[in-house]
Amino acid sequence: MKTNRVFLLLIALVVLAYGVIYPNAAVVASSFQRAGAWTLANYTEILAQRIVLESIVSSLGLSIATVLLCALVGVPLAFLFERYTFPGRRLFAAVAALPLVLPPLVGTVAFIFLCGESGILAHGVQNLFRLQNPPWRLSGWPALLLFHTYTMYPFFYVLTGAGLRRIDASLAEAARSLGGSRAFVFLRVLAPQLTPSLIAAALLTFMTSMASFSAPLLFGGNVRVLTLEIFQARQRGDLTMAVTETVILAVISLAALVVFQRYEGTRKFAAATMKGAPRRRVTIASGTARALAATAAIAFAIVLVLPVATLFLVSFAREGSWTTQALPAAYTFANYQRLFSDAYAAEVFFNSFSMSAIAAVAALAWSFCVVTLLLKRARGNATFLGRGGRRLLSLLILIPWALPGTVVAVSVAEAYGQPSWLLGSFVLVGTFWILPVIYFLRFMPLVVRALQASMEQLDPSLGEAAGSLGARAWQRFARVTLPLVWPGAVAGTLLAFVIALGEYVASVLVFVPANRPISIAIASELRDFNLGAAAAYGVVLIVIISISMVIAGKLERLR
Amino acid sequence: MALLSLQNISRNFGTTRAVADVSLDVAQGEFFGLLGPSGCGKTTTLRMIAGLEQPDSGSIHFQDKDITSLPPERRGFGMVFQNYALFPHLNVFENVAFGLRARHAPKTEISDRVRSALELVQLPGYEKRAIDELSGGQQQRVAIARAIAIEPVLLLFDEPLSNLDVSLREETRGELRELVTRLGLTAVYVTHDQEEAFALCDRISVMVGGRLMQSGEPRELYEEPSDIAVARFLGRNNLIRVMRLSSSKTSDGEFKTLDGGHVLHVSVAREDLAPLNKPVVLAIRPEHVRLSQNNEGAPNVLHGTIREIVFAGATSTIRVDANGLLLETLVVQPDGLRVNQECTVMLPADRLRLLNHG
Repeated sequence: MKTNRVFLLLIALVVLAYGVIYPNAAVVASSFQRAGAWTLANYTEILAQRIVLESIVSSLGLSIATVLLCALVGVPLAFLFERYTFPGRRLFAAVAALPLVLPPLVGTVAFIFLCGESGILAHGVQNLFRLQNPPWRLSGWPALLLFHTYTMYPFFYVLTGAGLRRIDASLAEAARSLGGSRAFVFLRVLAPQLTPSLIAAALLTFMTSMASFSAPLLFGGNVRVLTLEIFQARQRGDLTMAVTETVILAVISLAALVVFQRYEGTRKFAAATMKGAPRRRVTIASGTARALAATAAIAFAIVLVLPVATLFLVSFAREGSWTTQALPAAYTFANYQRLFSDAYAAEVFFNSFSMSAIAAVAALAWSFCVVTLLLKRARGNATFLGRGGRRLLSLLILIPWALPGTVVAVSVAEAYGQPSWLLGSFVLVGTFWILPVIYFLRFMPLVVRALQASMEQLDPSLGEAAGSLGARAWQRFARVTLPLVWPGAVAGTLLAFVIALGEYVASVLVFVPANRPISIAIASELRDFNLGAAAAYGVVLIVIISISMVIAGKLERLR
Repeated sequence: MALLSLQNISRNFGTTRAVADVSLDVAQGEFFGLLGPSGCGKTTTLRMIAGLEQPDSGSIHFQDKDITSLPPERRGFGMVFQNYALFPHLNVFENVAFGLRARHAPKTEISDRVRSALELVQLPGYEKRAIDELSGGQQQRVAIARAIAIEPVLLLFDEPLSNLDVSLREETRGELRELVTRLGLTAVYVTHDQEEAFALCDRISVMVGGRLMQSGEPRELYEEPSDIAVARFLGRNNLIRVMRLSSSKTSDGEFKTLDGGHVLHVSVAREDLAPLNKPVVLAIRPEHVRLSQNNEGAPNVLHGTIREIVFAGATSTIRVDANGLLLETLVVQPDGLRVNQECTVMLPADRLRLLNHG
């Protein structure tokens, strides 16, 4: 028993040392070094540049504005759709989380086709009013904020909705019976209980926005954000600048994490296990209100589906047939035929599939290894690691997920870009393996969390019962634990797999011809104005993701 | 000779002392109860017997072998959990067969033993059922069948009936006792329900605050609780704070009540007479307090006033205030009694128990 744990801990420490501690330390160290000597010069020089300061301010401003806008959209929608029932409610609920499953690059491309200056909407308006020029350009702050709100509002919508569902209706009823007015009850009972959901949503939105790369790259205009600056510095070959900016981005992201979590820690919230009556949805009685709500539901549903529909439409457009018309003039299967016959496309798909599969399977195996160490034992039984040890371990595991993909890619590249004392003469950068490694690091926290949740839900007395019936440790694992936790674990693994499949942010920094993934192909088709081909790649990705999500959802329900 | 023997076992959770220096013996064929309020350490004690928990100090012997650090799967004890802990992904047959499969029993033996275990708990024909298709009572039976299918040398029960409703609980209780007796098993049964423990167990240990307070047959515990905690926990008791008088003799103790100043005579057979001029506690069951109107002059007769009459079906509880000393008595026929009526109560000298102090 104990020797097994020691072995698992050893694996965990080695993986974390190579994957998390050393790369991040290497980046920090080299940001403080110049020609082998320790110095603050990199920071003083870089922070003196207007352009760098501007990008820090822009990144922060964009993220804060995104959080506010997403809250403004997501929270009222959650209240409307969670509290009331009216025609069209289910239609919206079905597509509400759609933007979450779009890979950022695919979403960006779809947005360009729909809202760009030569997209469907702009051309439609231009043709309708016979304007000389496109009525708008999709660029700069408004474009970024619009896109961010579209892709990230579901954090607020989904988490607020879940929070509202969790609130025990009898608490509000008790507060009312004690004489509280509706407003008083909302402020004193409902709002405090929603706070954890809102904080979690704000944190996710902020971090995602800080890490956003595709949108600033493709239609950021003159808005300079840190992720983009790092990318461009690397493109220019200014590695010192890239590394120093990476540290700045990492520090901001981690600081946000700490601030949000500290705020959450200062308040006491209801135990999640509390039993109670769920709140029932109220039917909207007034005719006008019903009509308004229904219209809103349908309108929002259309808005959500439109970018994906556009992508779908453009994927069938004959190349060169879509110039000034609102909609493409000629349709064809040629884009898909090319996708399924072209050797280059086949290679790209093979690369993404194999790298994502390697990363996901490794993440699954890794999860079983670390969750055993992370698990609290029932009834205060001694754990192998103390409380502090468990917290440190889960923090180290969480770091690659909390850091922007740009940071992870730059730090791995920095650490393993030359012979190192950890890998000897082996240089990871420039090989096929750099991307599977980065995918693994970035997405393994998802699998760990999924497995941990499944394991924690497992009634500890089941294992004890098996033990009292004579089952040895491996029998308990194979016959009780595994059959009960695999659906959750596989669902988490699938999620990691599909996210890796569409990964762009980190891939673009370190890919090589030998491991060119789908996202790089999409970007290069877009650059060559092969819009149909770019869209077709996107549609195939969305289809694969949708199928995987359906399977994952079914598995989740199996638990 | 004891089949199972716990010697001075202790267990701490952080700074809390869950089990403190507990020693007990369970004889072959005995139905042994561990009784106490929630949080008293009885479940932890049971889990240490099962091997699910390790004592910080002390030892556990079974058939004279030290099993203190033997893992649960090598003890061969069957255990029935409070929440049953049935495997949700396995059907009834597979649940009951689980322990046999872990032992790699032959196929025919497995099916035979599962069938007979299910017959014993009166669930024949339920083999293919899923666990969530069963009622609470049926799940409970499956849990018992699973534990007895491995033919355990000792059967452990952790409040197995607490999730059943009252009528089903009493019915299952009878069946359980009958089953254990028929199979000639030895059982350790944890419960916080005094009535359940009295009905089931041959012998009971009462635990309070991690300590084992008193062990004995149910009647012995009820009639002669050794100290206040046990007297309080086991049913209702009038606890009377008294001081031993200097006129007190070994065969006839004389005590003065702190409330009311009455003099009570107690036939104290025990050697450990209370020290003089130090408060001690006497206990008497409400059903032993006699209520009457004409008992003048007899010893231990107190005058008082009826303060309250609580009707509770077969009996009624009468609360009497005897000059500041509040006493409860049970009567079958409360006819003719009314609140504020004058009365006398008699406390029979042989029914008053002197409790351990400290």
